[in-house]
Amino acid sequence: MKIQRFGQVAAAALAGSLALAACGGQQSTPSGSGSGSGAALTGSIVSDGSSTVGPLTSAAAELFMTENSGVKISVGTSGTGGGFKKFCAGQSGMSNASRPIKDEEKELCAKNGVEFQEIIVANDALTVVVNKENTFLTCLTVDELKKLWEPGATGKVTTWDQVNAKFPAEPIKLYGPGTDSGTFDYFTKEINGEEGASRTDYSPSEDDNVIVQGVSGDKNALGYFGFTYFEENVDKLKAVAVDGGGGCVVPSSDAARDGSYKPLARPLFVYVAKKEWAKPEFKAFVNFYIDNQAKIAEAARYIPLSGEQEKTAKSEIASLG
Amino acid sequence: MATTTAESASTAPLQAAAHGDRDSRSLVFLGLLWGSLAFGIFALGVLLVNTFIEGSGRLDLMLFVNYTSQLFPGKAGARAAILGSLMVIVVTALLAVPLGVAAASYLEEFASRENRFARFVELNVQNLAAVPAIIYGMLAAGLAVTVGLPRNTVLVGAIALALLILPVIIVSTREALRAVPREIRQGSLALGATPMQTLTRQTLPAAIPGIATGTILALSRAMGEAAPLLLLGGLVFVTYDPNGLLSGFTTMPIQIFDWAGRSQIAFRELAAAASMVLLVLVLAMNAVAIIIRNKFTTSR
Repeated sequence: MKIQRFGQVAAAALAGSLALAACGGQQSTPSGSGSGSGAALTGSIVSDGSSTVGPLTSAAAELFMTENSGVKISVGTSGTGGGFKKFCAGQSGMSNASRPIKDEEKELCAKNGVEFQEIIVANDALTVVVNKENTFLTCLTVDELKKLWEPGATGKVTTWDQVNAKFPAEPIKLYGPGTDSGTFDYFTKEINGEEGASRTDYSPSEDDNVIVQGVSGDKNALGYFGFTYFEENVDKLKAVAVDGGGGCVVPSSDAARDGSYKPLARPLFVYVAKKEWAKPEFKAFVNFYIDNQAKIAEAARYIPLSGEQEKTAKSEIASLG
Repeated sequence: MATTTAESASTAPLQAAAHGDRDSRSLVFLGLLWGSLAFGIFALGVLLVNTFIEGSGRLDLMLFVNYTSQLFPGKAGARAAILGSLMVIVVTALLAVPLGVAAASYLEEFASRENRFARFVELNVQNLAAVPAIIYGMLAAGLAVTVGLPRNTVLVGAIALALLILPVIIVSTREALRAVPREIRQGSLALGATPMQTLTRQTLPAAIPGIATGTILALSRAMGEAAPLLLLGGLVFVTYDPNGLLSGFTTMPIQIFDWAGRSQIAFRELAAAASMVLLVLVLAMNAVAIIIRNKFTTSR
């Protein structure tokens, strides 16, 4: 009997907390109508997905919110796949993606009645760098890069002639980003075929500056990092052309944009839910994102859209009505 | 509670070695014990000093009043994360403490030893205490999807953390209740109090030091936990204060995790500075636990 009464108290407490939860829920719905001109926008936008695109959307959000302080934009980094899972379950209005949506993800969206539009927002490119005085490393094929970086190379591939018989028998010294970074994930996936698979006997650093210093101080060193960082240090390092099957291509903004710098360049996307498009604050934010894409890309250290890509993005937005 | 009993158990052979049989083997063993203790403290010291040196430049007011910033890491702060952590911990405590204490009271005071259900629950509680944190994140995520709640909200995060620390609270509360002398219950019952009155007016108050210590230690574990919240889709860029149970949020461990993975040095300094703040918060909670224990122990 007594226990029953205790149970009632506990049940009441639980019901109370649930009621509280219901009250809290109201804040997440947008309260601004935004129909009148100059009306302050309010509401919240939830964006999730790729940790590569995350900083880009964060930068866009930060710039947007300085002008529209009533809009709450939050960004999560569950990864491109994790982001799509939430997006297709209707839990986020915007999904950040470092690759186009896969067919099975499309099916999931269709099953849950989530209609969406892809919008290109920036370009990401990696650059393989060597010392300025290095004469033999001008172009590397993807196979050679794989020989150099694959997990099996640990402790075995130690001189350059092992990578290509034409190279001198000089010792190899490697620099790269730490395993936490999106750059590392991208490079290992494209070169070694599996995300996160890399030889381990290189000097890892989350600080790109360390890679610059390491490579510029050793004639036989090689490293890799984001293209925009190479642009800032173009006087200290030399970029290696990459042969992805169609001949050697020197990394450049243009080569990254037109897709010829394979496989170390990729476009970055956001996916927006058509349902969210009715909200004025959402519409305003997406338009702001593309209108200011050059500034945003620069802030997040990516390659801005080309004129043609910007046109594509605008027409993608236009298709939303 | 569990740790104190473990300590007293492990000090017994040490004392034996110090007083009695001083043969070479026990001396070697003693040396090994001291060696591992010194190694642990040394590693912790290096880590702390390292973090402090890296983060000291950013241990300023901006860290507490500003939100995170993608564009100006030099001015970014952990305001949303600090408030988010505090809010989630409060909701976690509100969910886990009443449930945990009630469950422990039932198992310890009301359920009979032959009750199969009670034994089943007991077995599971013991096992649940050893389940990795991320599993609780998956559990809460599944629950949220079933109920239709958005996953990255204060309420769902708190549910995950409450599930995580519930077994710890139950176990420590049971230990505390068990330590209350049987005579107190028998005296209360003999004077005509019902079992419920005995529990709420005699047994539970007498067990408060143990319950409080166990609970606060469990909460400080929840405070430093990132894995279950990351699984729920912890947000890394939040520039508003959490303002309700269904508000989006970020916590200190999530924010530190995000900052630490960035390539700019400014973000890593921020991560180090925020780590120091988190450390101070957790140490403060542990200090409160010790104060409560001492206060109640001396007053009795």
